[in-house]
Amino acid sequence: MSAVNAAHSPLLSIEDVTVSFDGFRALNALTLQVEAGELRCIIGPNGAGKTTMMDVITGKTRPDRGAARFAESTNLLQLSEPEIAQAGIGRKFQKPTVFENQSVIANLELAMSGAKTFWKWLHARTTPQQLERIHAVLATIGLADLRKQRAGALSHGQKQWLEIGMLLIQDPQLLLVDEPVAGMTPQEIERTAELLVSLAGKHTLIVVEHDMEFVRSIAKKVTVLHEGSVLAQGDMNSIQSDLKVKQVYLGE
Amino acid sequence: MHESPMADRGGRWFLWALLDTAMAVHLLNGLPGAQSAMHLSNYTMNLIGKYMTYAMLAIAVDLIWGYCGILSLGHGAFFALGGYAMGMYLMRQIGTRGVYGDPVLPDFMIFLNWKELPWFWHGFESFPYALLMILLVPAALALVFGFLAVRARVSGVYFSIITQALTYALMLAFFRNDMGFGGNNGFTDFKDILGFNLQAPGTRIVLFLVTSLGLGATYLLCRYVVSSRAGRVIEAIRDAESRARFLGYRVESYKLWVFVLSAVIAGLAGALYVAQIGIINPSEFSPTNSIEIVIWVAIGGRGTLYGAVVGAFLVNFAKTYFTGALPSVWLYALGGLFIGVTLFLPHGVVGVIRRVGPNKGESTKIMGSA
Repeated sequence: MSAVNAAHSPLLSIEDVTVSFDGFRALNALTLQVEAGELRCIIGPNGAGKTTMMDVITGKTRPDRGAARFAESTNLLQLSEPEIAQAGIGRKFQKPTVFENQSVIANLELAMSGAKTFWKWLHARTTPQQLERIHAVLATIGLADLRKQRAGALSHGQKQWLEIGMLLIQDPQLLLVDEPVAGMTPQEIERTAELLVSLAGKHTLIVVEHDMEFVRSIAKKVTVLHEGSVLAQGDMNSIQSDLKVKQVYLGE
Repeated sequence: MHESPMADRGGRWFLWALLDTAMAVHLLNGLPGAQSAMHLSNYTMNLIGKYMTYAMLAIAVDLIWGYCGILSLGHGAFFALGGYAMGMYLMRQIGTRGVYGDPVLPDFMIFLNWKELPWFWHGFESFPYALLMILLVPAALALVFGFLAVRARVSGVYFSIITQALTYALMLAFFRNDMGFGGNNGFTDFKDILGFNLQAPGTRIVLFLVTSLGLGATYLLCRYVVSSRAGRVIEAIRDAESRARFLGYRVESYKLWVFVLSAVIAGLAGALYVAQIGIINPSEFSPTNSIEIVIWVAIGGRGTLYGAVVGAFLVNFAKTYFTGALPSVWLYALGGLFIGVTLFLPHGVVGVIRRVGPNKGESTKIMGSA
């Protein structure tokens, strides 16, 4: 395991978190830190606890014990799902869910943060600043030319990018991305890798992915989960030569 | 990015058609000599006026069903409540001209041996008060009913079923004489509105023009709502409710406000209907009425607003024709039409016009899924 940089506190800190479902320990005393601006990849075999970890961070699942802290002072375990989203944690689910009948640009507009009541929205107009922000995000996710296209007519990969854009427009500090390249073509995978790498630094990303080739192409630091706790952590080369990891993945 | 309410082509066509119809009907009706070929009879004008109130009702249902995805099978209830509120005003205007000549009590109350006006009849002698009730009563019912349904997370087909139950319960209640709404006879034999004789040709033309205005204003209001940012949220709720909730929208409150707005429009349509038709009775609450409205919208094409208008006119013209010419066939024809449209024309009649129309490219862009 690499040493945690003691000079400043991490953006996300999970300590000793345990979650059990009917006696099965989905997370077993998981301890994990992610620094601000990092692009962290989480890998692990099925049932290693990757999704449960995301659920704990976003407030969907409450752990039996442990602590989860965000941006030093925020105790994630005391917040509801919407409050956590407001605090600056966005989550991209595996299956893309965009509003298919609306244009790309309308999808981004819908995702903007702000007071969202019916009566306010009835006469709300997009301000020039908001429009600028939408166009910036459109450029980032590479859909500027398709902005008037109906989202339902986008390819699978483009829908995934649009959904990432819908998270970006809320300017989250931490982005959780669940299997972004599943079902994508090689070109789309390459484009997604570029996108995620370009987001790191400004945002902090945690990417859960099975595709090792993809992880290798984007990750500086990889965490391997196994049976609900961290098995190994480090750069891709050290992970791939790690004996414990080989045993878990290859059964050697 | 905020579209102007006039932005869509179908909507502009509809508004021009409405204006032309209103002007033509009014002018042709005004032509002297009932024997002239160009003369439009009062009967026809009345019929078109009636269809216009149906069209308003259809727009209300399209707003909640076509745009928000909530299938209300109880909008006939809001229409009838608006109609009853108008009826109560018109009843109070009869005054001493009733059969029993009582200056305060409507005939049916004398008949029931009632000595004084029930509390909920007070105020209805004033038109502004009645107008307020025409809007408020459907709104209040929609608000309370919708709030309870939304809070209990009743949705989908379950919501449709309880709206049917709602209108059925109201029908049974209004059939009762002791409710104070004239029992199964309802209200009729109205004399005048705002001091003008309801039978006078001039009054009828004004009522017709007011109804045209009401339909146009309803269309513009709903177009404004659906093309606003709130309108896009409403469609987002229809297509992916949990995603909309995840983005921070209070889905329940959106649904509730759309439901209330839709009920208010239905109530106003009912009031205009009663003023022109001259009768309101509990059969207006009949559950099949509410189902018919949904059929109009489906046949016209939902999610477009003007499709609802087209559907209301088409089906009701057909109904008027068939119930006159082949009365036994009508319900089968309606059922067949509904099944046919559902199977072969998922976007309704206006969907077909759009597909064969000159601007194919645009049609896919605006058209939501059915």
